[in-house]
Amino acid sequence: MLDFVQQVIGGIALGCVYGLIALGFVLIYKATEVVNFAQGEIMMLGAFLSFTFIATLGLNYWFGFLLCVVSMAVLGAAMERLVVRPILGYPQFSIVMATIGLGLVIRSLVGIIWGTDDLRIETPFTGGVIQLGGLVLSQDSLSIIVATALLCAVLYAFFRFTKIGIAMQATSQNMLAAYYMGIPVKRMFSLIWSLSAIVACCAGVLLAPITFIHANLGFLGIKAFPAAVLGGFGSIPGALAGGITIGIVESLSGFYLPEGFKDVAAYIVLLAVLLWRPQGLFGSNALKKV
Amino acid sequence: MSAHVRTSYAQSEQLFPSKNAAFWYAVLVAALIAAPYVLESYYLSQLVFVLIYAIVGIAMNVLSGQAGQVSIGHAAFMAIGAYSAAVAEKYGLPLPVYLVLAGGFTGLIGYLVGLPALRLHGIYLAIATLAFAFIVEEIVTRWESVTNGNEGLMLGAPSLFGLKLGAQGFYYLCLGVTVVVILAAINILRSPTGRAFLAIRDSETAARSMGIDTARYKTRAFAISAAFTGLAGVLYAHKLSFISPEMFSLSMSIEFVMIIIIGGVLSLRGAVFGAIFMIIVDPILIVVKDKVPQLTLGAMQGVGLSDQLTDAIQAGVVRVAGAPGLKSLIFGLIIILFIIFEPMGLDGRWARVKSYFRQFPLYRPTSARAQRMFLKSERNR
Repeated sequence: MLDFVQQVIGGIALGCVYGLIALGFVLIYKATEVVNFAQGEIMMLGAFLSFTFIATLGLNYWFGFLLCVVSMAVLGAAMERLVVRPILGYPQFSIVMATIGLGLVIRSLVGIIWGTDDLRIETPFTGGVIQLGGLVLSQDSLSIIVATALLCAVLYAFFRFTKIGIAMQATSQNMLAAYYMGIPVKRMFSLIWSLSAIVACCAGVLLAPITFIHANLGFLGIKAFPAAVLGGFGSIPGALAGGITIGIVESLSGFYLPEGFKDVAAYIVLLAVLLWRPQGLFGSNALKKV
Repeated sequence: MSAHVRTSYAQSEQLFPSKNAAFWYAVLVAALIAAPYVLESYYLSQLVFVLIYAIVGIAMNVLSGQAGQVSIGHAAFMAIGAYSAAVAEKYGLPLPVYLVLAGGFTGLIGYLVGLPALRLHGIYLAIATLAFAFIVEEIVTRWESVTNGNEGLMLGAPSLFGLKLGAQGFYYLCLGVTVVVILAAINILRSPTGRAFLAIRDSETAARSMGIDTARYKTRAFAISAAFTGLAGVLYAHKLSFISPEMFSLSMSIEFVMIIIIGGVLSLRGAVFGAIFMIIVDPILIVVKDKVPQLTLGAMQGVGLSDQLTDAIQAGVVRVAGAPGLKSLIFGLIIILFIIFEPMGLDGRWARVKSYFRQFPLYRPTSARAQRMFLKSERNR
């Protein structure tokens, strides 16, 4: 029983990282109807930048974190401006492939700039543990969970209560109508990509102490797809819930099932959800009226 | 853009749009038949890869270009075809038998994959096919009793009716299969099935309201595409003589999608253009990797930069040229640049060049501009 709880909590921490990456998908999708297949690579880039600022330049952890966030915000806007904006209005297929291409470029550049070795950063939480009954909780894991909850709450409030957030949702529903209503559509897109890059950067920095920072970190983004689908691909709380679910499933299957199931458990869950409830746990089932 | 003005319904069902086209295709086939006697073995080998990738490109075209269903997991069907061939050969089945069996089996798997795809579209379908590919990759790796896992499987030299096929014989086999696949695809797409695919791609709701059974045609598109890819998998396995799980990874799936993005998503000819491009880029990259450092060094010395600056820049160039990730960087840039600047691919460019000469001096560039749709929201599709 104690093993079970331990695995669940570890799964929640990992799931929060999936949830944050999925959050990036949802933010972009919610605002622009584009799915950013490069989200995992953007997270990886954030992690590597954190290594540069915190480990190489020796900056304070929090200040380095802040620099990462600012840098990624600028890069996110740049990526939207250079890659996505020229193909607005193109079929989904083209945009999917453009973001895949973007992911390939980022992964290559990361390999060229930082090499293929494993890197590590120190955080204020490194090595700390909390004893709770028989449970041993790592402070790194707890910091991920707390940070994710905070970030998710902030974003939910942003989309629900701020004018910019509502403008973003209007833009995604109907670009032309939003434009007619005076919403600066293109600026909204840049803003949302910056926001998404910030979230991905947070995920990368939070994850760095648990896994090494390495060139294959971006593949975690592929595991975040099931999380986003599970959450309904339009729901911010859904992304988090989906991520945690995937994290727990993966953790438990790694512990209790034979080797190899851990790697594909997320995808099996994904296919099951798509079969049973394609709009996801929190998604709305909106059918087109003819 | 319409290349030929049709004045009767029967014309839309002709195999060739005109006698002129038939003549040039005949010339092309004759050239391909003569190729082994003209080309040296390396180029013949590359041509075989072009043919295999052309088959996959046509499979991708049927599914994504015509039926509008996205797939980022076609490496899985390639793997299924390849492993089917390896296993069947182990049991002593003759090549024609397991070629057809592998295609059929992969088509069946494609049909089954198409079933859950019925409820999905766009990004959901892309993600589902991605998940399917990862699951297949894991099954192939773990199911060691059949696939030998990461150690891979060897295949013997292909033989046809008891005769061992050399490089030349295998080339003709690939050419034959490719021609058959192309003809099959053309026939499918000019039949009611093909028109149903187009209708589903352009507007599924409208197609459904006109009585098209979208479920049946979507699964059929998946089955056809998977079957073609399975055939390519058999040929691919024999071409390399050895298969292992990591060959059929996400990278391969992305390359397959690149075939139709680069070649042009809307036509079968584009699939062939894309296949040629994909096979050419590797040798070109190898040459460029070697030449660029030399060229930059010569250029800097010619300009007369200081030795220190020259050494620093040269070190950077050498590092980039030698980086292991350079190929995926190039591929990523190719994808992005083609989608932004050449959305209709090489075939679209080819069509525009022809259109220019046909319409001279009345040609206008805007007649071929890519269409954008700002009103539709996927969520209310």
